[in-house]
Amino acid sequence: MNRWALITIIVGSTVASDMLQSWQMKRHGEVTDFRVHRLLATLLGKLPMIASVFFLAVSFYAFLALLQISDLSFAVPATALSIAVETILARLILKETVTPARWTGVLLVTIGVWLLAL
Amino acid sequence: MDSTNQTTPGLQAKTRLFSCIVVLTNVLGNFALGWGMKHGGNMDGSAMSFVRVVFNPWVLLGIALLAAWVLSRMALLSWADLSYVIPVTSIGFVLNAIMGYLFMGEQISALRWLGTLCIVGGTVIVGLTSVSTTTGVEK
Repeated sequence: MNRWALITIIVGSTVASDMLQSWQMKRHGEVTDFRVHRLLATLLGKLPMIASVFFLAVSFYAFLALLQISDLSFAVPATALSIAVETILARLILKETVTPARWTGVLLVTIGVWLLAL
Repeated sequence: MDSTNQTTPGLQAKTRLFSCIVVLTNVLGNFALGWGMKHGGNMDGSAMSFVRVVFNPWVLLGIALLAAWVLSRMALLSWADLSYVIPVTSIGFVLNAIMGYLFMGEQISALRWLGTLCIVGGTVIVGLTSVSTTTGVEK
């Protein structure tokens, strides 16, 4: 598979996983019981969470496949792309208020990850 | 405290603690996986080599740490915004690079240190914003 197709899969599944996770955890409300079995039950008992773990696995395997055909220094900025995409979607879908300070921070982080890869 | 910040001090502290756990388990987990794969982990595509790699103590440690990472990150997302968690935990990119530099003899160019600086700056800026802008505004 060509590397741009793999990057599309990685970014797409990472974004899907994080959106599902964030959406479900927000719906669940603040976690206050940290005993391990209770935590596992609340975290993994819901369909969106299971779907989110599935997408996480897809993204992990696609990342391994990408690492086999390209440099780490090419693969890492692909994950930086998901930072930007997720912030935009957090605003559009999760209705989070992204303040100017947060936009600035996200921009800096994205630029920084790209620089790391050069 | 900043009067425009709607987050209660208790939640801010809990968020800091969990952000640290998320970052540390991620960085140490990645490092253990990387170390295990470079020292004895040799995958040739066969099922047996995969089993051998998974039972390498370093790889096992890495998997355990990454499991803790996923769980602590889910807990953090139950009260903090995704647009807060993503940039703040990006500091892990930097720590991973530093671990590679210190323990695996990887080279870090000036450009990479500049990138590192950008990430740290961005993380600090986002870390100063309110943890959640969508819930519990009128507390």
